[in-house]
Amino acid sequence: MKIIAKTGNEAMAEAMRQINPDVCAAYPITPATEVMQIFAGFVNDGLVKTELMMVESEHSAMSACMGATAAGARTMTSTSSQGLAFMYEMLYIAAGYRLPIVIAEVNRALSGPINIHCDHGDTMGARDTGWIQLFSENAQEAYDNLIQAIRIAEHPDVQLPAWTSTDGFIISHGMENMEVYPDEAVQKFIKEFQPSFTLLNNQQPLTVGAADLQDFYFEHRRAAAEGMRHAKRVIQEIGREFGQTFGRSYGLFDTLELDDAEVALVAMGSTAGTARMAVKNLRQRGVKAGLLKLRVFRPFPAEELAQALKHVPNVAVMDRSDGFNAQSAPLATELKTAFFDAGLKPKVIDYIYGLGGRDIHFTELEQIMEKTLQAPEPGDLDSRVVYWGVRE
Amino acid sequence: MEKMLEIRWHGRGGQGAKTAALLLGEAAMQAGKYVQAFPEYGPERMGAPVQSFDRISGEPITLHCSVTNPEVVVVLDPSLMEVVDVTAGLAEDGVLLINTPKSPAEMRKQLSWQGDKFYTVDASAIALETIKRNVPNTCMMGALLRVTQLMDFENLLEDTRHKLEKKFKNRPEIVEGNMIAIRRAYEEVKLQ
Repeated sequence: MKIIAKTGNEAMAEAMRQINPDVCAAYPITPATEVMQIFAGFVNDGLVKTELMMVESEHSAMSACMGATAAGARTMTSTSSQGLAFMYEMLYIAAGYRLPIVIAEVNRALSGPINIHCDHGDTMGARDTGWIQLFSENAQEAYDNLIQAIRIAEHPDVQLPAWTSTDGFIISHGMENMEVYPDEAVQKFIKEFQPSFTLLNNQQPLTVGAADLQDFYFEHRRAAAEGMRHAKRVIQEIGREFGQTFGRSYGLFDTLELDDAEVALVAMGSTAGTARMAVKNLRQRGVKAGLLKLRVFRPFPAEELAQALKHVPNVAVMDRSDGFNAQSAPLATELKTAFFDAGLKPKVIDYIYGLGGRDIHFTELEQIMEKTLQAPEPGDLDSRVVYWGVRE
Repeated sequence: MEKMLEIRWHGRGGQGAKTAALLLGEAAMQAGKYVQAFPEYGPERMGAPVQSFDRISGEPITLHCSVTNPEVVVVLDPSLMEVVDVTAGLAEDGVLLINTPKSPAEMRKQLSWQGDKFYTVDASAIALETIKRNVPNTCMMGALLRVTQLMDFENLLEDTRHKLEKKFKNRPEIVEGNMIAIRRAYEEVKLQ
């Protein structure tokens, strides 16, 4: 184990070097550009055996990744925002064909107006594409999640593509301490890729991409949905194994001071780190505040979240994207469904915040938790959904 | 628990404010600290006002919000004083360090900030003499160490030498120039 100072992008490029995928096809986009820029250096210096394909768009990048994976190659790429949006039609196909591609994704706002900074709108826009989606709080988690994503995606019970996302600039370009593991240990952990099918196996010829109409399309989509259900168990198993191997365990989510909490903040990504300070400060002032940091957004751990929050009467949900559905943003919408199915009815206030990289200070998170605690039961849309930190 | 130190660097695009924050952060990490170093990304143009930040602590740092109340402010370009409120959020017991040929007493006339820990150093002149370019960032690191005693000075020099040797593989004169510049700024910083 070695402690070093790295940015999130450097951390993800380092994980990719250690994973040493067979194929990478990529097109650069801010703030993820550095991931492939650094990785291209590794290719050039002969530190990896990867076939690097520099294509003319993200649409082509994902298409090339799909072809390579169908041929039996372990395949990765990196993108952000408009780049992920340009992959959109291929994202569904990769999942439908059960191709375990892994993306090092950097969360950035979608245009327009044009903006290069962090929000979760890009991956939320693709939330129902059939990809496993892991959020990272810091550079360490970006690195750890990327290594685990390989195992999760390739697991025979899952066989779905996965991305790990990292807050643009805040984590991607922020340098902090992190621990890297020896190359051999990472290789040993991810194991060799054993594809369940490959186009290059002439003993077992098959077609990928055939028309699949009223007769079988439904069954294939149902099978993919089953892979996503299995992923919930597999992610936890691999998170435990990761902990036994490297000393840092991962689950579906992580909690802080939740046991006796009267108000819980639910957040994803770097904001969860900032919230740790807010919870600590509130506790010192005698406010029973707690944090639930959601790591896994797809599959959505509905039963587990309801169980973890069942005793908490006040819940502040931090949504760093807007669903524009005139109801509530993605995280709150799904969390409320989870509460409903579990027969729970806590007070839930959805805070849409930080769009386009607007800063969220720890003192604001303290205010949010205190306001949620004191607020009356929300009656109308404006009291259920609060746009936090916007000029209106 | 050791208090976390937050540092804000003000510069103009091209003066190395981001590099200074990263170099200082890496050196502090080598000295066993937990660190964060990050720039504020805005419209990046040569000459435009830019900021970068360090957080340095004996404990792991989980905050990922901006630095609003730094303990230390470093100004790489005195002309910024007219366009940016460099002391915003800086407490009266904080540290202010400015690159200027003027003394702290003269500079005070331009500021409403009343703190005692007000220092200046002519980093541009030192950089021009030693590195032959007006890139004052490494000088300001040297001066910063003098006024904050943040870490061992020789360790900072050693770590920065390693970093610069990687960056300027075929230009040892730049590495040596920087080493002299850091040391001179450390010695020449004006305390009053």
